[in-house]
Amino acid sequence: MATLILAEHDNIKLKESTNKAVTAANLIGDTIDILVVGNDCMSVATQASKVTHASKVIIVEESYYQNMLAEPVSDLIVSLMKDYKTLMSPATTNGKNILPRVAATLDVSQISEITAVIDKNTFERPIYAGNAIATIRTTTEKNVITVRTTAFDAATNENNTEIEILNATANPCLSEFIEEKISGSERPELTSAKIIISGGRGMQSGDNFSMLDKIADKLGAAVGASRAAVDAGFVPNEYQVGQTGKVVAPDLYIAVGISGAIQHLAGMKDSKVIVAINKDEEAPIFEVADYGLVADLFDAIPELEDGLNNIK
Amino acid sequence: MKVLVPVKRVVDYNVKIKVDSQSQDIDLTNIKMSMNPFDEIAVEEAIRLKESGQVEETIALSIGPSQCQETIRNALAMGMDRGIHIETEHSPEPLIVAKLINEIVKKEEADIIILGKQAIDDDCSQTGQMLSALMNCSLATFASKITFEDDQVIVTREIDGGLQTIKLQKPTVITTDLRLNEPRYASLPNIMRAKKKIIDKYLPDDLNIDMTPKLDVIKIEEPPKRQGGGKVETIKELVEKLKNEAGVI
Repeated sequence: MATLILAEHDNIKLKESTNKAVTAANLIGDTIDILVVGNDCMSVATQASKVTHASKVIIVEESYYQNMLAEPVSDLIVSLMKDYKTLMSPATTNGKNILPRVAATLDVSQISEITAVIDKNTFERPIYAGNAIATIRTTTEKNVITVRTTAFDAATNENNTEIEILNATANPCLSEFIEEKISGSERPELTSAKIIISGGRGMQSGDNFSMLDKIADKLGAAVGASRAAVDAGFVPNEYQVGQTGKVVAPDLYIAVGISGAIQHLAGMKDSKVIVAINKDEEAPIFEVADYGLVADLFDAIPELEDGLNNIK
Repeated sequence: MKVLVPVKRVVDYNVKIKVDSQSQDIDLTNIKMSMNPFDEIAVEEAIRLKESGQVEETIALSIGPSQCQETIRNALAMGMDRGIHIETEHSPEPLIVAKLINEIVKKEEADIIILGKQAIDDDCSQTGQMLSALMNCSLATFASKITFEDDQVIVTREIDGGLQTIKLQKPTVITTDLRLNEPRYASLPNIMRAKKKIIDKYLPDDLNIDMTPKLDVIKIEEPPKRQGGGKVETIKELVEKLKNEAGVI
């Protein structure tokens, strides 16, 4: 049997999270097909055909797939699942939105956000905001799985496999797209950034996040925030790093004015190097930090900006 | 219009859980339990819809052991009209929960079902999406704004990198994200009033749902600990170490 992977993309570019799901799928060991659903997205299929381990790319293009609405996309996937044992996708908002709908239609239970593959039917996943790891075995004929992308390396792009074009299934017309507001930032996305600088409640205001923006621009970093900073209205929700926000694992994570609530730690503790700047030396963030600096961030951040000038 | 809000009883948001290495399970002895925070947001939204006159009745539903009645009472004290409790020994897996909710949706002919986007215990984020499949109806996950236009529901969703707005046919399933609203505290008079509100009770057998799980939890373990605690004295030292020791800038 084979594994079908729902590709993450924006109709132009294939997202690296897809390559990470491919790595997880490859550990299961079955043949891997990548499904590109979208509108006018052949360029995505071409990129997907290069992904190592993929044996085939399936592309289905239709105007009502443009915005990945759950109902039409899950109908399409259900129609394809007779040929597959496993359905996988990265645990992006699309994957989280669509896969459980497919699972319920197939009458199987989904395994969300796996962090390890033990065997074909056994997987590890974090529960309680990452405070415990559960090992789960499925007992059903088919498996539906989302992949926590920070737990797997991206599959390389050294392949050239065939692209098969399939027809769309009917639009169930249950919902309709109105608009999308994507924050037009020049900076890298949080989930793929190599460096992230995040602010917490200690930032005191949304305006003060401009201090972090300056550092981010110097380092080519993304800017994140703790749930406390989002709750306080300093920054929009898409900045949120944590169990209920985005889970990240960059090479360098700089936590500024973040105390380190469990739910935030769950979202960033797999980062390679963690820096914490906080004036409270008892803050739990220091327990996970490789380099902790006990200091007032309003002194430390401008100094850091200067310090970075001197090395470049 | 009728709104149904399923609420889950979970370990309180502020409790740091411990894994019992003997039973390889979470140690729940004497632990404070509360309503799942995302479900509180769902309850708040349902009450606001009723207060603004867009909805006639609001129902809170909980599935699990008898203590779930407390969670339903909380929802009633916040302002929900009545409760339904499906008594089960443990909290079942999301697919079974979705099937049980679906039976109540049919009985009650609910038009809008609002759920939390995920429970903070199992972190699955599946039930709402699964319910929408079983109901074969529209779905809006991760909602940060809900409005009505004629006979349709307009929902703004938190997606990777921004916001998406969609229009949904009724009936519909909506799951709540953090910024949808700020849940109220129950006032003392409302807590007293809630004691008189009705909670109907069902057993899974009444609803003809097979409770056999499809997933086996083999074990639950503590995650590997991260070695942290390193300190630097100055920004200069930090920059130097990030460059030369860690090699990340």
